[in-house]
Amino acid sequence: MQITHIKAGQPWWIINWRELLDNRDLFWLTVQRDLTAIYKQSVLGPLWFVLQPVLTTVVFTVVFGNFAKTSTDGLPPFLFYMSGLVLWNYFQGVLNGVASSLVSNAGILRKVYFPRLLPPLTSVVTYLGHFLINFIVFMGFFFYFYFKGSAIHPSWWILLMPGLVLHCACVGLGAGLWLSAMTIKYRDVSFALPFLTQLWMYASPVILPASAVSAKWKWVIAVNPMAGVIELNRFAFLGSGSPDRTILMVSFLVGIGLLISGLFVFNRAQRTFVDTI
Amino acid sequence: MSNPAISVRGLSKRYRLGEISRHTLADELTYLCHKFRRRNVAEHMGKVAFTGVSPALNQGHGNQDFWALRDVSFDVQPGEIIGIVGGNGAGKSTLLKILSRITEPSEGEAFITGRVGSLLEVGTGFHPELTGRENIFMNGTIMGMRIADIRRRFDEIVAFSEIEQFLDTPVKRYSSGMYVRLAFAVAAHLDPEVLIVDEVLAVGDAAFQKKCLGKMGDVVRQGRTILFVSHNMAAVENLCTHALWLEHGRVRMLGETSEIVEHYLGSSQITQQADSIRNRKDRQGTGRARIVDFYVTDEAGKRQNVLRPGNRYHFTLECELSANSLSLQNVVASVALTDLRNETVWLAHSKFTHEYQTLMPGVNRMTCTVNDFSVAEGVYNATLSLGQGEVETLDLITNAAEINIEGGNFFGTGSKGSPTLCKTLTRATWSLTT
Repeated sequence: MQITHIKAGQPWWIINWRELLDNRDLFWLTVQRDLTAIYKQSVLGPLWFVLQPVLTTVVFTVVFGNFAKTSTDGLPPFLFYMSGLVLWNYFQGVLNGVASSLVSNAGILRKVYFPRLLPPLTSVVTYLGHFLINFIVFMGFFFYFYFKGSAIHPSWWILLMPGLVLHCACVGLGAGLWLSAMTIKYRDVSFALPFLTQLWMYASPVILPASAVSAKWKWVIAVNPMAGVIELNRFAFLGSGSPDRTILMVSFLVGIGLLISGLFVFNRAQRTFVDTI
Repeated sequence: MSNPAISVRGLSKRYRLGEISRHTLADELTYLCHKFRRRNVAEHMGKVAFTGVSPALNQGHGNQDFWALRDVSFDVQPGEIIGIVGGNGAGKSTLLKILSRITEPSEGEAFITGRVGSLLEVGTGFHPELTGRENIFMNGTIMGMRIADIRRRFDEIVAFSEIEQFLDTPVKRYSSGMYVRLAFAVAAHLDPEVLIVDEVLAVGDAAFQKKCLGKMGDVVRQGRTILFVSHNMAAVENLCTHALWLEHGRVRMLGETSEIVEHYLGSSQITQQADSIRNRKDRQGTGRARIVDFYVTDEAGKRQNVLRPGNRYHFTLECELSANSLSLQNVVASVALTDLRNETVWLAHSKFTHEYQTLMPGVNRMTCTVNDFSVAEGVYNATLSLGQGEVETLDLITNAAEINIEGGNFFGTGSKGSPTLCKTLTRATWSLTT
């Protein structure tokens, strides 16, 4: 017979993984719900999944490629921006989804118990769905430009792609868990989040290639765990830029550090968060 | 039956009161800054914030702990149904929240043997865009069911909810009654070994409530353990074998239901009497006119506290309308008597007899005359209301005064009727034909 032990002062370093596994049905249903319910009662429906990345890329191409004429390392601007956005959008989706998961689910979490780590993990997988659609769209344009004879040079680094996506998930989840734990105490965090993500995007080579960053600001690229992977992804598919091994190693370490610390901080905060929220 | 199903040992929950508000990052920075310069933080920030606690506690200053639960210990044996009773702020909800693991206790521990299902709200996690069918699965899994279990019992759930034909409609188009029925249907098929239920039966229409209580009765017969919080004493008495009475976060009494309910109801009479009607704060309504006094007089005009069935009485409500306002037309008033189980047994309403009055600025007396008072012996509470037309409630005071009824000679035979069986008295003649 299953025994539930409720006790004051549970240690923050103990995470009940078994319980997470027991709730896998809820996990998959939530993912399914989040993917299907989002565009219900909209005319274009699931077409928005495709339109969103394309429209953002078009805006970037027009504004930065045509008017501001910023460097794209000699690549077709459309592909340049889309290759950055495909990873960035995934990361940003996970970050925002995870960061708001406790507050936006407060109504449910106040009335019923299930592992509080479940909503953040759901975001990671839900946005993976969005990412896959983004990625397919990107591949479509990639082949179009490739067969049109544009100057792009894919390499075997492409095989690293799943690893890069996993890295984005870790960084997004880790940072998101930190933020959601902080949001419980300070609502400022949720107001600051849009600015934070925007700033973070400008500090990552989404719009400007790393090569366009002056030496004075190179350290930003080095400590930003998203910069190395976006640059590497672009290099793998399009063949521009030079992925720096040291920067990549630092990125991965920062990502793993963020994830582990985020898990503990979140685990500590979730125990009594309904009292303060 | 060796191990108790629920074992609670020294459970306490503390909320911090009077703590200096540090809800925003800016507050936190100011706090740290003051602390760093070794100033008196409280003096410089002076913001005291806490919510959800009565203002009486709010007046204290400095750091203060509020114990929502204090050193609560009890055992529940498998198959027992424990009703938790107590006034507002007694710690009932906090106890349920801790036992259903929504929040952590500050001290103590509890062991629960068996699968736990908690039902603190019906329809938790219902998504308005999803259909009834999809929400059955969503809601079921949120409450800890596996998809396979839900699939197996799906037809039963749908039949119980009585909404077959709307199964594929998004629940945002449901009426609130349909919504509640569907939600409860899922909850009723949860099948846990230990069920924790908050006052969720207060929603839904009477027929459906009855069905839910019946369903809970079935669960009881299957030998499940239930922890049940309710203000509905009749439901507690009908369902529960034992009751736990909480007061100010501590266990006041634990024992057989009938004994606890009797003591609990007895104590609550005293507290309600404490305030005069004029000073009562627990009013509902717009307050454009206020009830300031209420009394019952007999034919001689003498005030009476004890009423005798069969006599003639005048029930008077003194209503005050502020001196600088206009007169109020179309005013109706009512007096209702409720028994200790909070069920209304008698109601006199001026709208039934189409008597609409006009209140003038100042004090008005609205008097209701009853010729042949026909409520059986016992202790009752009077609930008073004042309204305008059909829509506006001007003032409503629940349990405004205690009414004792005893003696009298309603039937002319000395019989008192059967007060425990029926609260109203009816004179009837009997004849026999063969």
